Amino acid sequence: MATHTLSVLVENSPGVLARVASLFSRRGYNIDSLAVGPTEDANISRMTIVIDVEDHALDQVIAQLDKLIDVINTDRLDPITSVQRELLLVKVTTTAETRSQVLETVQLFRAKVVDVAQDAVTIEATGNAEKIQALLRVLEPYGIKELVQSGLVAMERGLKPGKGK
Amino acid sequence: MTSNENVTGAQSLVKSLEHAGVDVMFGIPGGAILPAYDPIFDSKIRHILVRHEQGAGHAATGYAQVTGRVGVCIATSGPGATNLVTPLADAQMDSVPMVAITGQVNSSSIGTDAFQEADIRGITMPVTKHNFLVTNPKDIPHAIASAFHIASTGRPGAVLVDISKDALAAQTTFDYPAVVNLAGYKPKLDPNENDIRDAARLIAESKQPVLYVGGGIIKANASKELMKLAELTGAPVVTTLMALGAFPDSHPQHLGMPGMHGTVAAVTALQKADLLITLGARFDDRVTGKLSTFAPNAKVIHADIDPAEIGKLRRVDVPLVGDLKNTIDALLPVLKAEFKKGQPDIGGWVKQVQGWREIYPLGYDHPSDGSLSPQYVIERLGLIAGPEAIYVAGVGQHQMWASQFVKYERPRSWLNSGGLGTMGYAVPAAMGAKVGAPDRTVWAIDGDGCFQMTNQELTTCALNGIPVKIAIINNESLGMVRQWQSLFYNERYSNTDLHSKRIPDFAKLGEAMGCVGLRAESRDEVDAVIEKAMSINDQPVVVDFSVHRDAMVWPMVAAGTSNDSITLARSLAPVWDSQEL
Repeated sequence: MATHTLSVLVENSPGVLARVASLFSRRGYNIDSLAVGPTEDANISRMTIVIDVEDHALDQVIAQLDKLIDVINTDRLDPITSVQRELLLVKVTTTAETRSQVLETVQLFRAKVVDVAQDAVTIEATGNAEKIQALLRVLEPYGIKELVQSGLVAMERGLKPGKGK
Repeated sequence: MTSNENVTGAQSLVKSLEHAGVDVMFGIPGGAILPAYDPIFDSKIRHILVRHEQGAGHAATGYAQVTGRVGVCIATSGPGATNLVTPLADAQMDSVPMVAITGQVNSSSIGTDAFQEADIRGITMPVTKHNFLVTNPKDIPHAIASAFHIASTGRPGAVLVDISKDALAAQTTFDYPAVVNLAGYKPKLDPNENDIRDAARLIAESKQPVLYVGGGIIKANASKELMKLAELTGAPVVTTLMALGAFPDSHPQHLGMPGMHGTVAAVTALQKADLLITLGARFDDRVTGKLSTFAPNAKVIHADIDPAEIGKLRRVDVPLVGDLKNTIDALLPVLKAEFKKGQPDIGGWVKQVQGWREIYPLGYDHPSDGSLSPQYVIERLGLIAGPEAIYVAGVGQHQMWASQFVKYERPRSWLNSGGLGTMGYAVPAAMGAKVGAPDRTVWAIDGDGCFQMTNQELTTCALNGIPVKIAIINNESLGMVRQWQSLFYNERYSNTDLHSKRIPDFAKLGEAMGCVGLRAESRDEVDAVIEKAMSINDQPVVVDFSVHRDAMVWPMVAAGTSNDSITLARSLAPVWDSQEL
């Protein structure tokens, strides 16, 4: 199995998320993450889907997605030629002794502290999956009280000829 | 087609259906759809009041399969809508163009578990090509136009339009779109030129080609084109269960049906082929047997209008995505040019497959106790009613025998539930077929199990002047399941005995529903009773053929096994020796 990132443009119509989810469920495709949001066109939403399938099955996943009437276009995003980002919010336990070390880590990873309490700081970080995992590994020894992560969002680098405006 | 008149949502719905070219629909009214039934009362569209919504759905399918036009059914919310789920799934599996209209509870009540509320859009998402929920009356014409466009173009399929009662009751304007433009739906009609060239080259290199023909040829009305391709290549032809009639059974190149109960020649030709020219077929498990052992030496050309079928099950060497008529039309001249450079001699191959056909023809025995052979009944029916009749089967042994022993010479003469395998399909589908083709004889060949699932629609037929004929192949059991119990469960007949020799009395049951009821129990009664049924054209006819219950469908490739292990009869495999390649 290998991880693939798909960028799917869909009609912004009720039920479209259910259609995509139902397709993945009934055909047995594994979703690692899914993010849905608006695009520059109010009638169109973009889904970024990370799936775990064999390479040879990927064409079939794309064909089945394209077969949905509400799916306008499906692109496979190469990690090298696209920008891929996740958002992380993590609450880390701190004491008077550890706080400065945690803040140093935040600096190193170009993350941000968004909330400070007596015994914890809340950190916001964006990056690709590797950076987020690396940050979490460094923070783990201090004690992670709570974390939340967005699905991956991604976009092709540069301006593809014939696409975009 | 713009008029901008002030109408109710219900009037807008009926006007939209009229604009879409609907001439008949099958349905049952109820609370949520009630506003629509008022303008239906005045419409030129013929509405046939069925006895169960499942009947409406299969009737729409039968109508569509015979006419090639979109079949339409209509039902109310909740149970009315859920009763359409089976026919929708059935139509979608067999790529039948169908539009279902359902009423929904008032939009303010949606999501409150209101009386007769069911989320039919959610329920039918996985079994339709697309569906709509309309709560704003001004959206009705666009939804209906889109539904017909989606159902009838590309790979045909089932579309449901669910409309809330308040949208039907409200005032709106009627504005029917002249064209439908859906950003995410642009079926590709013409294959790539490079792929056509590659396909022609593969055919010109092949020494053992087979034309593997599926139901898509019938959907695309491409039988004439198929004939040209077959005669140009001289390749043997097999037609799947959904394709019977796409190529005449009487044609010398035709080997019959492949698959679990296919002919030895058709199954073996696919296994030994070096090239499959696949036309609107989908490598279904009932055709391929164990997929990893299917046609192991064959390269594959796969022509289909649905890009998602390419490579779904079998790796494809040359994909041809497009309408089959366009595809074959594009292929013919390129192939002719390729053949001019050199046409392979496939004479030896053709002789070999013809040999298999002669050595292993379809056959059956008459039971030694003098009781009636089901295959004989079906064979006589096909000969007497002839190739212009329409034959509609249920699902099971009778369906397989009807596929084997009736000879099909033209497209749209054989209807059955191939993909979903819906028992109970035959009677309502025959009703729809007769409505779509009133001048043709329509015979349902049904089982006693199937018949008891949907026979109530014979009342609809009797009251609406739809004189279908029903041949019940009555073996008093769920025959195909019983056959599997005989072969794989040590003859332990758990719950397959229907005791239906006289309970119900099918002839009397038919008469109770306004049909003529007939019966045959021995061989010498068969022709007379079929001829009697053929002579009655003002009433539906039910004929109860009491047949031997131990007859089995042969040949057979057991589920999950390789097509190489086809058996001719119990424990009897073909002998290949000198024939083997």
